[in-house]
Amino acid sequence: MKASSFLVSGIRAALVASTLVCAHSAIASSATLDKIKSTGAVTMGVRESSIPMSYTTGDSRFDGFHIEVCRMILNDIKDKLGMSTLRINYQPVTAQNRMPLVQNGTVDIECGTTTNNTARQRDVSFANTLYVEEVRIAVKANSGINSISQLAGKKVATTTGTTSVQLLRKHEKATGVNFDEVFGKDHSDSFLLLESGRADAFVMDGSILAGNIANSRNPKDFKIVGEVLSVEPIAIMIRKDDPQFKADVNAAIAKIVANGSMPKLWDKWFLKPIPPKNSVVGLELSAATKNAWANLNDKPAEDYQKK
Amino acid sequence: MNMDFGVFCKSTLDGDPVQHCISSIFGISKNADPSYLDWLMQAWLWTIAVACLSLVIALVIGALMGTLRTLPNSSFGSRLLVRGATAWVELFRNIPILVQVFVWYHVIPSFVVPLKELPSYLLVSIALGFFTSARIAEQVRAGIQSLPSGQMAAATALGMNRIQSYRYVILPMALRIIIPPLTSEGMNVVKNSSVAFAVSVPELTLFAMQAQEETSRGIEIYLAATLLYALSAFAVNRLMTWIERRTRIPGFIGTSTDPSLAH
Repeated sequence: MKASSFLVSGIRAALVASTLVCAHSAIASSATLDKIKSTGAVTMGVRESSIPMSYTTGDSRFDGFHIEVCRMILNDIKDKLGMSTLRINYQPVTAQNRMPLVQNGTVDIECGTTTNNTARQRDVSFANTLYVEEVRIAVKANSGINSISQLAGKKVATTTGTTSVQLLRKHEKATGVNFDEVFGKDHSDSFLLLESGRADAFVMDGSILAGNIANSRNPKDFKIVGEVLSVEPIAIMIRKDDPQFKADVNAAIAKIVANGSMPKLWDKWFLKPIPPKNSVVGLELSAATKNAWANLNDKPAEDYQKK
Repeated sequence: MNMDFGVFCKSTLDGDPVQHCISSIFGISKNADPSYLDWLMQAWLWTIAVACLSLVIALVIGALMGTLRTLPNSSFGSRLLVRGATAWVELFRNIPILVQVFVWYHVIPSFVVPLKELPSYLLVSIALGFFTSARIAEQVRAGIQSLPSGQMAAATALGMNRIQSYRYVILPMALRIIIPPLTSEGMNVVKNSSVAFAVSVPELTLFAMQAQEETSRGIEIYLAATLLYALSAFAVNRLMTWIERRTRIPGFIGTSTDPSLAH
């Protein structure tokens, strides 16, 4: 017994030592951490209008569910690097330029609404998922539409450059139900199509639908209905080939989840009034998101579809 | 930079390679699910359709407005026409094209309800056509005013009334003179038709934005779209050069002996 426990403790010591050595050499080889340390600043990629995940509250200030999580992560990394202050530069990104900006090093950590999928994993890396998006249907409250099957032959709005366009196409093929698709150039444009009656429904990520409804003139005129059309993990995007930075980000995320901050953050951003208009998004915590917190992982969207 | 143009042979539904990649775009065979190449070709057709429709609207209205602006200051009626045409030109060239597209798509139909029934490609063609007509009107006016005043006087001396003078003497000369700037306008319409993406016309720009998102092959997709835009604009250039050559009158103003100066 004694010998074996000595052996175990010896192995443990060796492991700890090697981990320390590895950790040390890895810190030295992490381009992102080197950059943060040498410049004293980090560039966070943010979205302009992805309420409540990542958006501007005016005057070049940015806030949101993902941005607050990112600030917590960066604070943790700042402590780990032994820095007294860390300046955060906010760089607004769009659906088109967010990937290149992370790849070319302009943006160190993108805290927006990026779906983690296998195609993107070829070019970038993702932190563990903290938010699982459900694609839903928004309609006018008095339209009588309750399900996607009622949308046959109707005008369905969605936003150019999003995965929802392909999702609708696949659905049409699978069920033989045909929609008349109209494409907004951005989410507020798509919502305007629904509001002005040019479209009967707006198919998009649930949080975006809830955010647009919350900010509309009469939020009571709209409702989110029907089955969940697709489930997608939305994650913080970082550069590929920087495993040390990714490990640090994931360690910070694990810490945030472990100290019970996530339900509070959800409450703050999805259920309580948020700046700048003090509107309420009103999106209840979904089982899929709760599950992601319980089992932290960076699985791509494709793994969710299989379930 | 590793590029993979195989992306165009993939199905737009599941990303698997399709059976008839090249032959399907010539209508020889048909894919079970459309490939990105099929979609690209369809988007190109939309770009050409919107551009052609807009150009027709722009040429007709532009020629009319440009001519009206040159009417002599002789009667109350003609002064009114000149003012009206000037207002038209100033209105449509002082507002950015994207704003005009939104006005035609969102604002005007909310006042004139029957317009809501019009398909979006028609509304965007009206917007682009009116925008370009203001520019063409100015070129037509410049062409007419570049003619010596003796031309109008000679037409009048021959007993022609005003409409006949414009129809048989002034416009045939003025329009020949302005073919080079009209070529630029024609090419501009092809490129400006990209604003149609904003009101849900599935043309090249919308294709590029959507397909690059679905395939993560932005560089290949945008290269293809760029190539087709350049090709379409160049086709307009060649067509106009041909028209210029065919309509040339030997010894008349604007003739150049060197064909390379024609465009």
